[in-house]
Amino acid sequence: MKKQITFIVGGLAAAWLAGTPALAAEKLTLYCSPQIEWCNLMVEAFEKETGIDVAMTRKSSGETFAQIKAEARNPKGDVWWGGTGDPHLQAAEEGLTEEYTSPVFDKLHPWAQNQAKSASMKTVGIYAGALGIGYNKELLAAKGLPAPESWADLAKPEYKGEVQIANPNSSGTSYTTLATLVQIMGEDEAFDLMKAMHKNVNQYTKSGSAPIKAAARGETTIGITFMHDMVTQVVNGFPIEIVAPTEGTGYEIGSMSIIKNARNMESAKKFYDFALNADIQTRAREAKAYQVPSNSGATPPDESPDLTKLKLIDYDFAKYGSSAERKRLLKRWDDEVGSLPR
Amino acid sequence: MNKFVALWLAVGLIGFFVLPWYTTDDAFVSFTWLRDGWPLDADYAPAIIQIFAHGKIWLAPLILFFAAVVPVLRGNPSDRLFAATLTFAGAGGLVFLLLQGFTIGIAGWEYASLEALFGPVERQFGMGAGAVLVAAAFLFLLTQGFAARGYVGGDLFVAGSIGLIIALITAFVFFPVSRILVSAFQDNQGVYAFSLFAEKISDSKIWGLRCLSENVSCGVAWNSLMLAVSVGIGSTLLGLAFALVTTRARLKMGKAFRVLTVLPIITPPFVIGLAMILLFGRAGVVTQFMASTFDIPPTRWIYGFTGIWLAQMLAFTPIAFLVLIGVVEGVSPSMEEAAQTLRADAWTTFSTVSFPLMRPGLANAFLLGFIESMADFGNPFVLGGNYGVLSTEIFFAIVGAQNDQGGAAVLAIVLLAFTLTAFYVQRRWVGKKSYVTVTGKGDAGLHAMLPKRLTWLIFAIVIPWTFMMLVIYCMVMFGGFVETWGRDHSFTMRHYADAFSVTTGEHGLIWSGAAWNSFWTTISISAIAAPLTAGLGLLTAYLLVRQRFAGREAFEFGTMLSFAIPGTVIGISYILAFNIPPLELTGTGIILIICFMFRNMPVGLRAGVAAMSQLDKNLDEASLTLGANSFTTVRNVILPLLRPAIAAALVFSFVRAITSVSAVIFLVSADYHMATAYIIGRVENGDYGLAIAYSSVLILVMLAAVSLVQLVISRRKLGRRTAVAGAEQAGAVAT
Repeated sequence: MKKQITFIVGGLAAAWLAGTPALAAEKLTLYCSPQIEWCNLMVEAFEKETGIDVAMTRKSSGETFAQIKAEARNPKGDVWWGGTGDPHLQAAEEGLTEEYTSPVFDKLHPWAQNQAKSASMKTVGIYAGALGIGYNKELLAAKGLPAPESWADLAKPEYKGEVQIANPNSSGTSYTTLATLVQIMGEDEAFDLMKAMHKNVNQYTKSGSAPIKAAARGETTIGITFMHDMVTQVVNGFPIEIVAPTEGTGYEIGSMSIIKNARNMESAKKFYDFALNADIQTRAREAKAYQVPSNSGATPPDESPDLTKLKLIDYDFAKYGSSAERKRLLKRWDDEVGSLPR
Repeated sequence: MNKFVALWLAVGLIGFFVLPWYTTDDAFVSFTWLRDGWPLDADYAPAIIQIFAHGKIWLAPLILFFAAVVPVLRGNPSDRLFAATLTFAGAGGLVFLLLQGFTIGIAGWEYASLEALFGPVERQFGMGAGAVLVAAAFLFLLTQGFAARGYVGGDLFVAGSIGLIIALITAFVFFPVSRILVSAFQDNQGVYAFSLFAEKISDSKIWGLRCLSENVSCGVAWNSLMLAVSVGIGSTLLGLAFALVTTRARLKMGKAFRVLTVLPIITPPFVIGLAMILLFGRAGVVTQFMASTFDIPPTRWIYGFTGIWLAQMLAFTPIAFLVLIGVVEGVSPSMEEAAQTLRADAWTTFSTVSFPLMRPGLANAFLLGFIESMADFGNPFVLGGNYGVLSTEIFFAIVGAQNDQGGAAVLAIVLLAFTLTAFYVQRRWVGKKSYVTVTGKGDAGLHAMLPKRLTWLIFAIVIPWTFMMLVIYCMVMFGGFVETWGRDHSFTMRHYADAFSVTTGEHGLIWSGAAWNSFWTTISISAIAAPLTAGLGLLTAYLLVRQRFAGREAFEFGTMLSFAIPGTVIGISYILAFNIPPLELTGTGIILIICFMFRNMPVGLRAGVAAMSQLDKNLDEASLTLGANSFTTVRNVILPLLRPAIAAALVFSFVRAITSVSAVIFLVSADYHMATAYIIGRVENGDYGLAIAYSSVLILVMLAAVSLVQLVISRRKLGRRTAVAGAEQAGAVAT
């Protein structure tokens, strides 16, 4: 019996040791969704400027949203920084995030201001990235195919089995593409195009940026993703060419939200103001982030596509970000496109 | 004086009068309370002070349940009053403890009706060390009461163990899992809607069979089922082949095989899948070679069923191997020699004696392969193409653009139904026959060698497989040393430097690499979890195989549950259940340890069950007759005979803790960041170099740990002749 107790007590003691966190005076728990380098850059810069101790966890935006939702009754995080705007808008819609207007707000680009207002100031844009078509130029040349120039081109029979795009049910990127096509050409026409494109699609990937990674490594010829993901592949030395579709294109707004009932509300607001500053946004390129910053005073990285030269559509975030509209469009996609034979 | 009652009474009183009752800040328990105002401070006060100084009067009745035990301290266990008192005090105390925990939370009353009835109360936080000790005391007083009533033959150790495991499984499996499964019956606003459930579970996306006639993909349920059955059968056969080669073929490289077969088990997820794409993908090395040499046009055949099947076979065969090796070794040579003495040839001996005795092992290996395949997330994610399976669908139902937790719960129910059916079928197949081969009698035989024809067949499978594994692992190691894997193959140490650089500063060494932080956390959490997991699994196995008690079937079912549920569901359910009092564990290291314990325990359990079915019950009885109690019997008789199973359980829980992803991703926090979560982040960003470099280091660390465990405890001493000395003789018998 004695040994049994020793065993149990030993186990408990081991468990105790593992459960000891650090205590600090002023702190901030940050949920960060972009790549880790960018998260680290933000944390270091913020700690240096304010002396506030930041505990940062990096998870993708979908994972973070699921976590914030699960933690809603007893929030553990303070600020959710970065990641595509859709889940931020959903969080705002479900009342998981806090309303806040930063003093820096007026300095933001109009697209960022509009998005924030559409969510009654419960989230704010920190960067933007446009959708595009990327292709592997070596593979395209080897197959003797013409370069695609528009969304409509993707339905051409010569691209059979060469196009990759994410499944809009699992990927926010792909849902943005779907919503973009609907806004450019009208709903029925957009679905006709996607049905025609279906034969060319070799795989509907789960993750949004997978198509361009596959294109980079020659697993597919054409991939549809955000342009800044393509830039990353180009910088990594892959033969990717970026195309801005002639019909115009949609975009995502990477966002930031303060979590409702955050434990460190003061620090959260400090971080919020800090993250909207021009200086820190300009430094994004140090972390190989090629999105366009939301502060009009910040300089976008040289590599990033110039949003002013793109034909950007007037993306209706309020309508296409709402869960009712999303459900309806995804259902239609399932019924009319996803279930088609190959 | 009854020592057992006195002991647990004392433990309970320490919990009530000394230790902090509530968790402190974000921590479950820590030792800072000793200098931070204990015992009077509201955060750290024990229950007794909480009652008088901080208005937590609802804790007061707990002391009554302890008081009730005092009169029977000197009681006689065979006395009916003794049993009744302990059962009442234990059960009453536990129920009251839970009741107050679930009704009074971080905002006072949890239910408005109670507030109307009793008026407002103070808020309270999650249970801390004090509450845990009190709960343990009540639990063991209760089991003592049951034992005194004659349950499980009045055996205190067995009754206590059963009680402990039931309590743990209820708290850490049933409770969280029910939290998420309930959402299958709710709409997104949390309102119960059974019609919605009916609609969701009959969706053609799950059950569609149009693939039989048209070129579309089938329902995910069928996809998963087909894959899991193929992987289960395949990995069991291959695992058996490896187990036979290592133990029963005259082969000098048996040891090397052991290491090789263990490699996939210690490989972080995604790595095998990525390597397979670089080899067999449309732009892969092998594909390009075939295209340029034999003019076979490159296709995307690897994406889909074939690819996932191959990758899962690579990944899960070692599990089958680990289960089967103990069983194959355990088959008694005496029986085989008896067959040979009766003039059976090698084939007849194998097919009528050795093989049937391996049946529990085969069934367990199949079950594990089936369940692993069902719950696997990494391989279908990387290689799935358009072949959707339940686990990936569940993940994306939760984190994807739909954000449909209810939908995920519905899919999880389908998945559970499959695994539980497999579990049931497996039990029917094994049946109630005896598989005992290790008895107390002298057993100095040597294993029969395999029949020649079978040996060649097995070699024909094992050798190409081994070759393929070697190629894949060379690819992986290579990937960490090149600029951009698959594109720019110039040599670099950059990735290793990024992850694991160490520089010297003013105060000695600085671990400046990006990976160090998560690396140390991962290693220490896994090292703590491994022995706890193995112990829990083997204890459960002992209870299942050796003890007969009411509710045994339900007990076994419960232990398999958390293993059968995909990690994503477990991860989310742990947040739902343990983010709020009474058990507030999120953000700590403990939640990771607990998650690993209950997810990986079934492997130790299966290995233990398979190995223990071979041990003659007479061994236990002999020990018990000689006056040892059941605890001593377990320690001195059964455990030494279970060394391979212990090794398997330890190794497996350690490496599974290091390599698991889908559950962990929701449970990691800033202070407790795990390696796999970090690696996934790199893969998401397309930075394969660092991911591969980190994975390679993890593989080496785990390899070292595995070898150490193998070296120290894996061999049991069965008093058989050693194989080297008797090899020629055995060979002579076989031919």
